[in-house]
Amino acid sequence: MSTTDVSGANGKISEQLDAVVIRFCGDSGDGMQLAGTQFTNVSAVFGNDVSTLPDFPAEIRAPAGTLGGVSGFQICFSSSDIFTPGDEVDTLIAMNPAALKTNIADLKRGGTLIVNEDAFEKSNLSKAGYESNPLDDEESLAAYQLQKVPMTSLTRDAVAELGLSPREAERCKNFFAMGLVYWLYQRDATPTEEWVKSKFAKKPELVEANLKALHAGYNYGITTEAITVHYRVDPAELPPGKYRKVTGNESLAFGFITAAKLAKKQLFFGGYPITPASDILHELSKHKNFGVVTFQAEDEIAAITSVIGAAYAGDLAITASSGPGIALKGEGMGLAAIMELPLVVVDVQRGGPSTGLPTKTEQSDLYMCMFGRNGDCPMPLVAPASPADCFEIAQEALRIAVEFMTPVLLLSDGYIANGAEPWRVPDISNLKPIKVSHENKQGDGPFMPYLRDEKKARPWVKPGTPGCEHRVGGLEKSDVTGNVNYSPENHQYMTTLRAEKIAGIADFIPEQTVEGPESGDLLVISWGGTYGAVRTAVKQSVQEGLSVAHAHIRYLNPFPRNLGDVIKKYKKVLIPELNTGQLRMIIRGTYLADAVGLNKVQGKPFLISEVKDKIREMIKES
Amino acid sequence: MSVDVTLPVLSPKDFASDQEIRWCPRCGDYSILAQMKKVLPTLGIPKEKFVFVSGIGCSSRFPYYMDTYGMHSIHGRAPAVATGVKLANPDLQVWVITGDGDSLSIGGNHFMHVLRRNVDLKVILFNNQIYGLTKGQYSPTSPTGTKTKSTPFGSVDRPLNPLSVAIGARATFAARSVDVDIKHLCYVLERAASHKGSAFVEVYQDCNVFNSGAFAFASKKGEKEENVIYLEHGKPLIFGKNRDKGVRLNSHDQPEVVELGKGVTEDDLLFHDEKSEDMNLAFLLASMRHPEMPEPMGVFRSVEHPTYNEAVYNQVESATERNGEGDLEALFNTGDTWTV
Repeated sequence: MSTTDVSGANGKISEQLDAVVIRFCGDSGDGMQLAGTQFTNVSAVFGNDVSTLPDFPAEIRAPAGTLGGVSGFQICFSSSDIFTPGDEVDTLIAMNPAALKTNIADLKRGGTLIVNEDAFEKSNLSKAGYESNPLDDEESLAAYQLQKVPMTSLTRDAVAELGLSPREAERCKNFFAMGLVYWLYQRDATPTEEWVKSKFAKKPELVEANLKALHAGYNYGITTEAITVHYRVDPAELPPGKYRKVTGNESLAFGFITAAKLAKKQLFFGGYPITPASDILHELSKHKNFGVVTFQAEDEIAAITSVIGAAYAGDLAITASSGPGIALKGEGMGLAAIMELPLVVVDVQRGGPSTGLPTKTEQSDLYMCMFGRNGDCPMPLVAPASPADCFEIAQEALRIAVEFMTPVLLLSDGYIANGAEPWRVPDISNLKPIKVSHENKQGDGPFMPYLRDEKKARPWVKPGTPGCEHRVGGLEKSDVTGNVNYSPENHQYMTTLRAEKIAGIADFIPEQTVEGPESGDLLVISWGGTYGAVRTAVKQSVQEGLSVAHAHIRYLNPFPRNLGDVIKKYKKVLIPELNTGQLRMIIRGTYLADAVGLNKVQGKPFLISEVKDKIREMIKES
Repeated sequence: MSVDVTLPVLSPKDFASDQEIRWCPRCGDYSILAQMKKVLPTLGIPKEKFVFVSGIGCSSRFPYYMDTYGMHSIHGRAPAVATGVKLANPDLQVWVITGDGDSLSIGGNHFMHVLRRNVDLKVILFNNQIYGLTKGQYSPTSPTGTKTKSTPFGSVDRPLNPLSVAIGARATFAARSVDVDIKHLCYVLERAASHKGSAFVEVYQDCNVFNSGAFAFASKKGEKEENVIYLEHGKPLIFGKNRDKGVRLNSHDQPEVVELGKGVTEDDLLFHDEKSEDMNLAFLLASMRHPEMPEPMGVFRSVEHPTYNEAVYNQVESATERNGEGDLEALFNTGDTWTV
C-alpha cells in the first residue's frame, strides 16, 4: 500500500510506504557498515521497526575495488513489526563497480539504484571484471531506476574549503551517500549529526567535513531534477515503552551483566578474540564499573579453563567463542560437566568446518554442541531467536547453570550477533530474580561436596569458607563425598545421575508454544536466527489460508517436555535450518517424527520466500 | 573497635586429607607433599584460604591429598584454571602443582603466559624428566638420547630447561630445589609462598620406577656437595665439600669453576643478586648444568612487580570511581533511545 501527495521543497512528490529494504554496498574501506549502522539508528529513533544484515568480507581490507572486498549492510525499516532484513532490496546504493556486480541480483525489478558514478572508471571496472561501463549500457540496467551521482567529486567540492587532503576529503563520501538516502526516505539526520560530533570530538575538521558531506548529499536530493519522488515510512506500532537499538552481541553482554546484578555476583568473562564473538568481550570490557572482570586469555582453552577456575571460586563465569574455538573448549566443558560447576559457554556460530566462512552465518555447530565432548556428557543448550532475545536468553543460561550446577551452552549465530533490532528497555523491577546460595556448612560431619538437592544440584561452596574444604576433579567420583571412585557400578550410576539431572531441567523450563493452529497439515520447527524468516513465512501462509503452524525452539537440550506431543498434532513437519539437517536428525531420533528439511549453507540467512515456497510445496503434496 | 582474630595453630596433620595416597612407594612426590604440609601451617594463612590446582600426571594427584580447597583439572591447563580462581577471589593463596610434561609440553603456552602476566600464584613444577603416569615415555626435559618405550633408540629431541623458560617469560620469582633435600625444599617453598606475584619453583623429583637416580648427583650425600651450589643473595658462588671451589666469569663472560686460594679469592667470584632487574645473571645461572658445571639450587630471581590480579582490580576500582557503581537503568539508556 502506498499513498502519494505533492509536498515539500521544490514540489517533489512524497509517497508513503509500509516497509522498505535498502542496502549500502561498497569497498571494505568505503564505510558501508558505518552508513548502514547510522541509517538503522535514525530509523529506529524515528520509531520504525528495523532489522539489519551486515555482510562483510573476512579480510579486513581486501584489495580495493575487487569483488572480494565488497562490504554491504542491508536494513529493513517498517511501519509494522518485521522479523527479517527483507528478501529483496528496494534501493541499492553501490559505491563502485564491484559492489554493483555482486549486489545487483538482489535489487528488485523497478527498484532504485544509486551509484557513485565517479568510481566507474577504467581500473575499477576492470577489477570488477566489466569489459565496458555498465552505466553506459542502457539495457543492462533498464529494469531499475538508475541514479548516477558523482559522489566523490560532489563530496570533494563540498569540503573543499576545509583544506583536507584529497584522500581525507574523499573518505567523507559515505556521508554524502547517507545524506542523499536520508532525503530519499525523509529521515531526520540529528542522531547522526550528534554521533559525528562526539565520535570526532578531538578532530573538529573531520566533524565539519563529515557534516558538510552529509548535508551536501541531502541537499542534492532536494535540488536534483533526476529524482522526483521521495518516501515516507511511518513509525511502527510497537508495544508502548522506551526503545533502543541492540545487536545480538550487545544484548548478550547486557543480559550477562543484568544476571550478575540480579544474582548479586561478580561476573567473570574469559575469552579469546574470534569473529563473530569478539564483540561480547569488547562490550563487557567497557563495563568494569559493574564489577565485571574480563580476561583476554592466551588461547581458547585458557579462556574456558580460567572460567572454570572463576566458577569454582564463586563467580558467575562465562566464555564466548565461535565454532573453531568451541571445538578447542570441548575438554574443558567435559571437566566442568563432571565437576558440576556452573558456567556458560557462548557459541556464535559461523560457516564451517575449520576456519570456513568466518564472517558469515550458519547453524552448523548444533551437533558439536550437543554431542562434541568425550564420554556421555550432556549439557543444557539454549538458543536466542533474535538480537533482542539475547538479553533474556543470557539470563536464562546463567539461571540454569546456577540452579542445576552445570555448564550451559548458548548458541547464537553471526546473523543474530551482528544484526540489530529495536529492544524495549526492560523495567528492572520486573526482571525474574536469579537466586544463588553458597553453602557454608552442612552440619557437624565432614563436608559433602556432592550431596544433592531436589534438582539433583550439588552445593556451590566458595573457597575461603571454613570447614568446607574439598577437592573436585576430572576423575570419576562417588556421589555425595566426591571421592575418586573407579568402580564399574559407580561409573554407571554417576553417568546416569548426571544425565538425569540435565534431563530434569525440562520440568523447570516453559512448555513449547506454537504460532498458528494447534493442529493441522504442517508444523514448521525452527531454532536460532532463522526465527524471523520462518515466522514471517508461516504468518503469510496462514493468511493465505494454509493449515500451517510454527514452533520456535529456544531450549534445545532438554527439549520442552511437551514437544513430542506438539509434533504429533500435525500431519507433516518441516525443519528449515542453515545446516544440512542437524536439528532434523535430533528430532527424528528423539520423537521418531518424519521431519523434512529445508537446508541452506551459503553463509546467508533464509529468504522468507524460500521458506514459503517449501511450505506450499509440502502442503500441495499432501 | 579492633577485633583480635586468633588463628588456630595448625600442624602438618591438619593439611592431610583422608584419601589414601596412591603414588608408587618411595616416589619423590611423598617428600614434596610432606614438606608442603610442614610449610603451610607456618604461613599464618587460614587453611580455607589455600587452593591447590593441578593438571594431569603423577604430580597432579597432589590436591587430592591436601585437606584444602583444590582441583585436579585437565592436562596442562592448571595455570589458566588457577588464574581464574585468583581473579575471582584474590584473597585466596593459590598453588599450581604441575609436572614437566604437564607444564612444558601440553601446557607450555599457559606456563609462559601465567609467568609473564605475574598472576599471584605459586607454580611448583615436579621435574622427573619422564612421563610416569603413562608408563615411562621421554619428556620435554629428558636429555637427548633417553631410551624409553617410545624412543627405543634414544630420543632425538633437545630438552628444555624449565628455569630458562621461566626466566625468559620474565618470572618475578624463579627457584630450584630437590625433593629429598628437606630443609632446602622447605626454605624454597616458604620463599615462594611469601613472594607477591608468580613464583616458579622447579623441584628435581625422582621417579624411582621409570627414571630412578636421574638427580642423584644433586641429592646423594657425599656427591651433591661437589655438584651443586646453594645460592645466597649477595654472597659469592662457592661450593664443594670443603667450600674450596667457586664460580667466576672468564674473559668471555662465561662462568668457569675455579679453586679458591692459589691466587683466587672470594672477591674474584661471581656474586649472586636475586634482586637484579636485569635477567642476565639469572639466565647465566640457569645455563649452568651438571656435569659441565655445578648446578645452582635456591632462589635465582626474586623481584617485585605489580601483580596481574592487582592491575585487574585497579581498573575495576577506577572505572567505578569514574562512572559510579554500575546502574542497569543507566546502562540500558546509553546511546539513542525513543519512546513509543
